[in-house]
Amino acid sequence: MLGFILRRLLIIIPMALLVVSVTWALIRIAPGSFYSNEKTLPPAIEANIKRKYGLDKPWYQQYFLMISNVVRGDFGDSLKYQGESVNDIIKRHLPYSATIGALAYLVALMVGLSAGIVASIRQNSGFDYGSMATAMLGLSVPNFVLGPILVLVFALGVYWLPPARWGGMSNLILPVLTLAAIYMAYIARLTRAGMLEVMRSDYIRTARAKGLSETSVLLRHGIRGGLIPVVSYTGPALAGLLAGTVVVEKVFAIPGLGNIFIQSVLNRDEPLTLGIVAFLSILIMVFNLIVDISYGILDPRIRYD
Amino acid sequence: MAEEVRQLKGTSLWRDAWKRLLKNRLSVIGLILLVFMIIAVTIGPFIILKTTGFTADYVPSQVDEGDLVNSFPPSFQHPMGTDEAGRDLLARVLQGGRISLLVGIISTIVSLIVGVSYGAIAGYFGGRIDNIMMRIVDVFYAIPYILIVIVLLSVFGGPNAPDFITALSERIGGAGNQGMSQIFLLFFALGLVSWLTMARVVRGQVLSLKNEEFVLAARASGVSTFGIIFRHLVPNVLGPVIVYATLTVPSVMLTEAFLSFLGLGVQAPYASWGSLAADGIKNISIFPWQLIFPSVTMALTLFSLNFLGDGLRDALDPQTRKF
Repeated sequence: MLGFILRRLLIIIPMALLVVSVTWALIRIAPGSFYSNEKTLPPAIEANIKRKYGLDKPWYQQYFLMISNVVRGDFGDSLKYQGESVNDIIKRHLPYSATIGALAYLVALMVGLSAGIVASIRQNSGFDYGSMATAMLGLSVPNFVLGPILVLVFALGVYWLPPARWGGMSNLILPVLTLAAIYMAYIARLTRAGMLEVMRSDYIRTARAKGLSETSVLLRHGIRGGLIPVVSYTGPALAGLLAGTVVVEKVFAIPGLGNIFIQSVLNRDEPLTLGIVAFLSILIMVFNLIVDISYGILDPRIRYD
Repeated sequence: MAEEVRQLKGTSLWRDAWKRLLKNRLSVIGLILLVFMIIAVTIGPFIILKTTGFTADYVPSQVDEGDLVNSFPPSFQHPMGTDEAGRDLLARVLQGGRISLLVGIISTIVSLIVGVSYGAIAGYFGGRIDNIMMRIVDVFYAIPYILIVIVLLSVFGGPNAPDFITALSERIGGAGNQGMSQIFLLFFALGLVSWLTMARVVRGQVLSLKNEEFVLAARASGVSTFGIIFRHLVPNVLGPVIVYATLTVPSVMLTEAFLSFLGLGVQAPYASWGSLAADGIKNISIFPWQLIFPSVTMALTLFSLNFLGDGLRDALDPQTRKF
């Protein structure tokens, strides 16, 4: 188990470097650069700037310089935000995205799991049909449509909640709901299907046969097996959550990391883009590792070697 | 004899699945809606052009400098109202639907071709080849592809499109057609990442099928490896493949809408449901119809695709039939 975790942690480093290299190559292969968007500079000044950022060296030297900086965790200064280091920018904007993302994740898990479990216990009841139809609706409405509609109803219609921007708890409700909706729907459907399958399996019959109460059959034995498809979805869900945050930050005017990332790519702000890509890919891969470890906790049949 | 043949046909897997699908009322509604949507999107713009003379980018002449507002609510003449520039929204929604559905379908076809052959080859050969091929898929899986798609679309967007994409779009859309090359870039980027799960699904199925007697029989009768994989194995994994493809279309369409919403996907003069909704959001409190019609059309389409995919899974996958 420990060896498995260690090996997976070690693989994360070359994988993150691979992602960073692909991103770097894409930015470099494409015509144009950060400076081609600005006014044309006098040649002497341009040469000075290029020397400062090491752009006058051949590409392989620049690549190795970039990689060695990335390995040391130093991404240099942003081109757009003069004098600010990439690490500072990430540190400043991450809390917004992380708060919304974590809350949305929790809400999606709690609502999705409970709806899915209740729907599976009361299969073919009104609640089952109702919650699954709602879940299907949740899967079909893009979050950039759901967000503005929620704003229109709850902020501009009945004035219950603020329409946008960062602030107190009340500012969080609409963005978190918008972001959580699609995952809530997915988790509810996965939980229902997983529970239905598990509750028909032999080991549940054994648990019932040995005289356990229905509650403890469900909570001690059923949920553990039924949750496996949900757990395997949490990895991709996290990656999707990142993309979703970009939309939510845009709709609700929240100064999070997602918006900064899109802006940095559009500005061709290479150090900032590379820094955020490296940070997010490591984050996603660590989460995927946690997901893989939790399989073993849920299902004792799974062995790591 | 002839009767016996007919009876055999009557119990074939596909006929059986089709019957089961027809029993699922929600899936049938989904199927009907989807067929209607495809017909509307294909011939709708022609009908609008014939009856009212509006096209997706036609600005009516009665909208002049005297009017301070060009966006009008739904009326008899414009069933979905008009957009900011006074263009007929219905024509634009239908035109956008063409692009949105095309992106979904083409990316799914790419994922079908690449994913099915990749997975089938890996599964059939097994051993070291399988190991290497699946490790490559694992590596791609671990990559947060949405970051790379965003980078790809924004650095190669507009005038920076790679040569082969420009050449391809010029052949189809005419020279200097930047919007078209952006759409092709979108096909490419979305197709690139959507085949991974398909490859895994197909590999798993082929692994369990390749030791069956019919494969042995085919090999004994001298069928080539290529023939065994594509004539004998692939048709047998079609069930899960179709189910998965139906579920890929809505997810690709959502990604396209997301990218277009961020301004990275489909760009003017073309429109897609995602970009129309993005335009509509700017004026949501004043001209709500600009958001409502494109997004409701899109949600309905995704809704029916999801229901159809669900119904197909119940119909084709005997494992889930009991629920």
